[in-house]
Parts: sequence; structure tokens; C-alpha cells
Amino acid sequence: MPTLTYRDALNQALREEMQRDGNVFLMGEEVGVYQGAYKVSRGLLEEFGPMRVVDTPIAELGFAGIGVGAAMAGLRPVIEFMTWNFAVLALDQIVNSAAKILYESGGQLPIPIVFRGPNGAALQLGAQHSQAWESWLSHIPGLKVVAPATPADAKGLLKAAIRDDNPVIVLEGEMLYNTKGEVPEGEYVVPIGQADVKRTGQDVTLICHSKTVSVALKAAEQLAEEGVSAEVVDLRSLRPLDEATITGSVAKTNRAVVVEEGWPHCGIGAQVVDVIQREAFDHLDAPVLRVTQADVPMPYNKQLERLAKPSPEKVVAAARRVLYLD
Amino acid sequence: MATKVFMEALSPTMEEGRLVKWHKREGEVVKAGETLAEVETDKAIMDLVARADGVLRQVAVTEGQTVPVGNVVAVIAAPGENVDTSPAVAPVVSGSGGGRREALKDSPTVAGGGIARSAPTPVVAAPAAEAGRLRASPLAKRIAKEAGVDLQLVTGSGPGGRVVKRDLESAAGRAPAPASVPTALAPSPATGRESFRVSRLPSPERAEGAYQDVPLTQIRKTIAKRLATSLGPIPHFFLTTEVDMERAAEARDALNRQLGDRGKVSFNDVIVKATALALTKHRACNAWFQDDHIRYWNEVHIGMAVAVEDGLITPVIRHADLKALLEIGGEARDLAEKARNRRLQPSEYTGATFSVSNLGMFEIDQFTAVINPPEAGIIAVGSIAPKPVVWDGQVVPRRRMRITMSCDHRVIDGATGAAFLKTLKEMLENPLAMLL
Repeated sequence: MPTLTYRDALNQALREEMQRDGNVFLMGEEVGVYQGAYKVSRGLLEEFGPMRVVDTPIAELGFAGIGVGAAMAGLRPVIEFMTWNFAVLALDQIVNSAAKILYESGGQLPIPIVFRGPNGAALQLGAQHSQAWESWLSHIPGLKVVAPATPADAKGLLKAAIRDDNPVIVLEGEMLYNTKGEVPEGEYVVPIGQADVKRTGQDVTLICHSKTVSVALKAAEQLAEEGVSAEVVDLRSLRPLDEATITGSVAKTNRAVVVEEGWPHCGIGAQVVDVIQREAFDHLDAPVLRVTQADVPMPYNKQLERLAKPSPEKVVAAARRVLYLD
Repeated sequence: MATKVFMEALSPTMEEGRLVKWHKREGEVVKAGETLAEVETDKAIMDLVARADGVLRQVAVTEGQTVPVGNVVAVIAAPGENVDTSPAVAPVVSGSGGGRREALKDSPTVAGGGIARSAPTPVVAAPAAEAGRLRASPLAKRIAKEAGVDLQLVTGSGPGGRVVKRDLESAAGRAPAPASVPTALAPSPATGRESFRVSRLPSPERAEGAYQDVPLTQIRKTIAKRLATSLGPIPHFFLTTEVDMERAAEARDALNRQLGDRGKVSFNDVIVKATALALTKHRACNAWFQDDHIRYWNEVHIGMAVAVEDGLITPVIRHADLKALLEIGGEARDLAEKARNRRLQPSEYTGATFSVSNLGMFEIDQFTAVINPPEAGIIAVGSIAPKPVVWDGQVVPRRRMRITMSCDHRVIDGATGAAFLKTLKEMLENPLAMLL
């Protein structure tokens, strides 16, 4: 199996879907001539031409709206935001148009659109550009939200998102684009709504997604040195949520720690904890703990930023607490 | 927010505890995990630890005072915090001992200035609102329900005494009666009779009046309660056999000569080992009677009755069938030492599958022991003494020992018990048989 970077896996998914279906097109800031701020669209303008790889002005609300209209007219737009921090400007189109038109048209107008771009903090981008938006987006009925952590999942989930007849949010990561992994060639689609056990274990379940998957895997390695066998569940899809995999794992380990990049209040972890307490109540041996970003705007200072983010050490500490080792 | 410090259930059967000694004083800064006080349970003296960081306040129980499990004994507050002045639970003074007057005298005082509080009433035995509130994880509750274990009898090791999965695992599905109740008082074989004291009894010479009432200590209360659940309800029957110990004695002498100062094998070690091995061949006797089923154990854990000051307890030698004689001897010594110092942890005196009680050192020829439920059997070991016996047609002196097995007839039938005893006798009479 070829080893690709996360960015090239996304590129492969886009190229294959655009080859497969003439209705698929890419639109966003710098996606054409500049080949994408993070080079995800490299070579696409050359292959598909300016009608299908469309450079836009810096006007997120505008081109998101054009995308929704195109979807209403039967095309399958992929809208790239340079970062989800900029997509806040387009929330009206995402939340009020894309998510609701199928409902408000009485099922007549499906909106097969993909909104994608990097999410969460990178390094020292400051408070306004270091935010994790998944709990905002997952809150909305009418949207699907996926957050791939590996190149293979990036390819498989983007393909699934493009083929889905509903608006799908694809959350990527600036710090993920350069990561490498094996990616199946050709037709490889990861169904939306399926979590993936990235490491099996017996003693505690670490539930994570996107960038926090590598955090949880590092924590699991540290825990293994202490003789604790941790299972790492990568949610992959945040809406719909794979409740069966979460519940099954917790039923086995009896303990869980939920890790996410976002803030604690009303976060994705809060939703996961709700599932666990409801569906796995009789399996719980300890309260579920969460590891999140500190409940503050992201500091610009490098050391403070490091301290504000979830880390393997914080996950290990939480795991030790639910295991009653401290 | 202030955290209440409760009298915690520090042993599986503890219902009340006597506060032996405060390690922290009112107003002192405490950290979670630090020992606040020593508490005498029905089994041992255990540490009551802080469950939160803060300042110790409202110490409501004085040293020597006995209060029920679940009562508030103090509060841990943030520095300068205005502590809620109406404690949900009024500390209860038990009727035993002279705690009542002390409690009055030492009723909680205000720590630091400016903390408003109404007069607490540490003396009134008001029903504890939070007493008896059981903390257990949902999983622990489910496991306990499925296994038929009474969670009230399990000591929780989680925060605030929460019973969690591992507490039930360590209890190994302990049945309704997890604690140890041996039978006969026996000094630890390793220590001999010097250690056997009954020092809390009043001495007749110094006593005034026709009689003297001595309050029951926690351990004696438990012994009384537990023994009454044994000989009464359990249909006992007894089997006695006399064992020729000549060859066992020779083997032991030879082993000890070879060991020199590297250790010493006692008769008790040999008996424990042989009993454990015989049980592996007679699983029917290595069992617990449970309400609706019999649990036949695949593991052999031997309870060993040890006399302690004013009581007795049966620490457990786990997997005795798999351990070497020296290991058994070493463990027996350690456990007996801990038992005498009342430092046995619950995990060290629960979970036996069969028990041995040995009064040989008191020159008792033969006795019957009371079964320690839920175990189904116990053997009572008498002294080893030379006796005239017919051997190869001649009357010769030989060292002999009597063993009496008490059986729970609900689990063990006469022939079943007799077959086990026969194997045990064969092993002791020919120690090489233990290798078979």
C-alpha cells in the first residue's frame, strides 16, 4: 500500500471524485492558481480547468452561498475554507441554508455539499486562528461532521462526504497535512458514522478524534509502560456519532477518558459522556473524565499554548484517575 | 466547598469505629491522601485518610469515641471558608466506653476567628441522614448483584470510600460473610505461647465488687456476631482421625538440619501444606456454601486461626498448595505478626476457602472447630505427643496427632469429608505422598 501524506490523500480523493463525477467541483480562496494554501488542490486546476477549480475572492459568506445554490441546482460542490476560523463568516450559509433547505423544501432539495478546511490550533496562530469548531458544527441537525486523523481516513471520509447527499463538514488539520500513512489505492470509502479502534486495550478507553488521536496513542504507550492497557477509539465521525463502538469499548474497559481539542463547556466530549452514562451506565467503574483545551482563548505565548492544549501527560493523568491509581 | 469527613467502613463488616488517635488537629492544613486519624474497626486499626485538600474543621469526635459508619467526624474546608454550620449528621456517641463525657467536654470548638456556627450537638444520637449511604460504582453494583455480594460488607477503595470493581475482585466474590471467624483461639504457630495474652480481661485480684462489666471491643463484637451465624445455622458434623507423625517429624528434623540457619519448618507449615494439597484432590471440600449455589474453588486459600490480644482472626495463606514450606512458614509468621499488631489489611484476612486451627501448642489432644462461613470445612489440630501404639504387632511409642474436621453438611457429606481426611492423613504419615 502506498504511503502518502494527509494532504496528498485528500488530493487523491478530490481528483478521483472529480474524475468519477463531472458534477463535483472545488471552490475557495487560492485553490486554483496557488494550488491551495496547504497544497491540497495541487494539480487540480491543470487537470480539470477553471470551471471546476474556482478561485474566489476573500468572501467566505459569498462563496459558501454560491456553493449552496450550486448544490440546489444539482452540482456537488466542495467548498474549501483556508481555515475554519474564517468559515465563521459563512456560518449563516452553512447553518441557515445548507443544513435546512432539505427540511424546509419538504425533502425536495437535497444539498450535496462539502465544506472542508483545517480546524483547531496549529502553532502560535493566536486566539482568533486557533479554534476547534467541531462542537459548534456538530450541534446542527442537517449537517454531518467528520474529522479524519490519518491519511487513509482523510481519503476515505472525503470520498464519502462528496458522495453523500447531505451537507458534510470535513475537519482537517494544519498539523496533520504533513503526517504520513498508508493509503489504499483507488476506490476506498470510509462510511460516515463509524468510529475506528486505533489501538485495542482492556483497562481504559481513550476516546479522541482528529489531532488528539496521536495524543491518545502516545498516552496509551506511556500507560503501557505502567502496565495499563488502553484502548484508543477514534471517533472519525462526530455527527452521527458511533455510539455502538463507544459503548462496546467502555463495556469492556469500564472506564473512559474523552480527549478533544475544543473547550470543555458543551464540547464533543460532553456529548460522548452523555452516550456513555446513558448506554453504558452499568459498566462504569469510575466517572468519565475529559481532557480538553484549557477554558481560555488560545494563548499566543508558546509555553502557555503548550500548556493550554491536551497532551499525552494530561491524558495519562486522567487515565490514572479513572483507574484509581492516584 | 467543604468536604465532610465520614467514619468510613474500613473493613467489610465494620458498622462503627472507635477513633483511636487524631493525626491532624483542628485548623491544621491537610492534603488528600494524608492520614487524618487512626480508627479501630472490628478487625484492625486502620488509617482514616483525607479525601480532599483544605483545613481540618469541626472535629466532632474525640479520641476514644465510637461512632457509626457514615457519621461525620470532621469537615475539610478551604482556608477561610465559612463552613456550613448545620451538619447533616450529628455525630453519635456509642454507649460503649466513657466516650460520652469526653465528647461533651471536647465538643467541637471554632477554629480561627470569624466563623459563625451554631452549637453542634455531638452527643445526641440522631439518625444519620447520610449514614448508610452506600457509594459504589454502577459496575460494582451490577457485579455485586450478579454475584450475590452484599455491598455493605465490602470496603470501598475509591474516592470517598466508593466501592469499585477491584474491591469486589479482591473480595473474590466473597459471600455474605467475608470476614474471618475462626474458631479456636490459637497462637500463631510461629510465635508460640508467649504471644498469647488475654490482657484486656480484668484481673480478679484487683477487681472490686462482685463483678465488672467490660464493654465489648470491636473485634469481640464481630466474633460474637459471626460465630453465632456459624454453629447455630450451619449443620455441623465432625470427623476425627489420629495421624502417625513419626515420619513427618523425621522429615521435618531432616529438613531443618539441612536448612541450618536459613530457616525453619514448623509442623504447622507441614500441616497447612498437606491440607492444601489434599484439598486439590478433594475439591468437594474446598467450597463455599452460598444461598442458592455451592462455589467449588479451583484455588486453595488456607485461613489460619491466629490469636490476637482479646480476640482472634484468620489471615489467609493464598495458593498454599503451590507454595513451598518455607514460603508458607514465612507468610504465616508475617501475617501473625501483622495480626497481633492489628495491621492486617482486609485483603489479608478474607477469601479463605478452608481453614486450619491449631491448638497443639496448648497440649490439647483434640477439639472441634467452628466453621468460618461461607467456607464448608475447617480442621482442628491437636498436639503431637508420644503414645503407645500397636506397630507391626508390637506396642511401641510413636508420636501421634489428632485432627478433627468440622464439615458443613450442606456441602460435604460424611464419606466426602472422610475421603479428604484420609488423603490428608496419608500425606502426613508419609510426607513423600505430597509429591504424588
